[in-house]
Amino acid sequence: MIHLENVSKTYETGSKAVRDLNLHIEAGEFVFIVGNSGSGKSTLIKLLLKELEPTSGSIVVDGLDITRMKRRKIPMYRRKIGVVFQDFRLLKDRSIYENVAFAQRVIAAPGREIKRRVPEILNMVGLAGKYKSYPRQLSGGEQQRVAIARALVNRPGILLADEPTGNLDPNNSWEIMNLLDEVNRQGTTVVVVTHNREIVDQMKKRVIAMKSGRIVSDEEEGGYANED
Amino acid sequence: MRISTFFYCIRQGMQNIIRNKLFSLASIGTICASVFLLGIFYSIVVNFNNIIREAETKVGITIFFDKDISYDQARMEEIAAQIEKRIEVQSMVFISAEQAWEHYKDKYFEGRPEMAEGFAQDNPLAASASYEIYLNNVEDQTEFVEYLKEIPGIRRINYSEMAVRGLVSVNKIITYVSAVIVTVLIFVAIFLITNTIGLSISVRREEIRIMRLIGATKFFIRQPFIVEGILIGLIGAGIPLAVIYYIYMNVVSYVVERLKLLSGLIVFLPVHQIMSILIPAALALGVGIGFFGSIFSVRKHLRA
Repeated sequence: MIHLENVSKTYETGSKAVRDLNLHIEAGEFVFIVGNSGSGKSTLIKLLLKELEPTSGSIVVDGLDITRMKRRKIPMYRRKIGVVFQDFRLLKDRSIYENVAFAQRVIAAPGREIKRRVPEILNMVGLAGKYKSYPRQLSGGEQQRVAIARALVNRPGILLADEPTGNLDPNNSWEIMNLLDEVNRQGTTVVVVTHNREIVDQMKKRVIAMKSGRIVSDEEEGGYANED
Repeated sequence: MRISTFFYCIRQGMQNIIRNKLFSLASIGTICASVFLLGIFYSIVVNFNNIIREAETKVGITIFFDKDISYDQARMEEIAAQIEKRIEVQSMVFISAEQAWEHYKDKYFEGRPEMAEGFAQDNPLAASASYEIYLNNVEDQTEFVEYLKEIPGIRRINYSEMAVRGLVSVNKIITYVSAVIVTVLIFVAIFLITNTIGLSISVRREEIRIMRLIGATKFFIRQPFIVEGILIGLIGAGIPLAVIYYIYMNVVSYVVERLKLLSGLIVFLPVHQIMSILIPAALALGVGIGFFGSIFSVRKHLRA
């Protein structure tokens, strides 16, 4: 599903964010990417979203070599990937329903499909009753669930989550991780970048640890502790 | 593009104006102020030009004929016909010796008609039948006078070099000054408005970023902003147009009412004539600035 071959990224300032990265994630996997600040995790997410171009190497996602992709094809590519951020990134001036529906409008889904699919996905994340609310009226955990609903509404094959529990208390963090686990069980490939040691240790998923732009360990059913 | 997407973009554009009330008001306000200034300035300049043009039409050349011709209507008409053929000539008015005397009497013997009675049977201006010639463009006067001098049978040519020079130079000054002021005003307006629209879009760069990350095409992101820009331009141009219409009507009727003495000198253009130019120009300016302002501002955020 996601294949990185000898990928390096050097910023214009000369700092090497990612060095000679080789990474293969198969369809249906649940993967944690862990590491300290500056380890290259966020750069990796940006490379996968094609927000950044690698300095060298190739990135193939769902059979598409995105390093050779033309600019005008980027929106189509991004529709195949759901993405969730630490700060939720919801449109603050739109209702929960509109935030989720927005992702469908972007792909020009028919009105009937939007009316059917949005309540369905809000129900899945447990927010069916709050579709009229605005982001500021929700708790952090609820906002992150809206972001997940938005990421999943178009049924992407991959879900990228960049520190999804970074702004949440332990209870809400677990709710979100359980939701991501559920999404994964339904067949979506899930890649979670996180600092949350407790969650990584308890979930027993594949853990890829990064340090100074390199992968320093890659273990099935690994733990955060292994990286130190 | 789906028709529903098209309407969604329009709806979003309208909602954006309401969602970003403050910036929308700032943009509309800037366009209003610019269009208002331009409109007022335009109204003043065209009226001024009109007054000058009116004055120009009143500057004429008077020709008198040799004595023998002055008594021969057919000869005078022959010469007049020859002159009237020239393209410079706008109109010619014949003033007979009798009319000249009547005019003279009214002017110099006003209130003392008995003094003029001595001349009742003997018109002292008998040889003063004349033609007043009005030109299309007073700037041609000097050359035209040279032409008239060459025509046999013309005894005397009356014209005012000074009046013509004054009008021509005033006209030129107005044209140049108004061109400079209008250009400066338009540039200031474009600068202010694109800045305001740019600012209102840059506070929404996060929104644009989110749209891009969930796979919105540039077209889809841009459309609502363009609709918003056009609507702001329309509102921003519409309001000052209505205000200018109201002010113009009132100022004209006030001036006409109060300054009746000047009514012969100052003739205001009718409001519909002013508006027939001002409405399309202001709307085009408002909509154009709104349209291009949003395109350029959004483009900046779509590059990455």
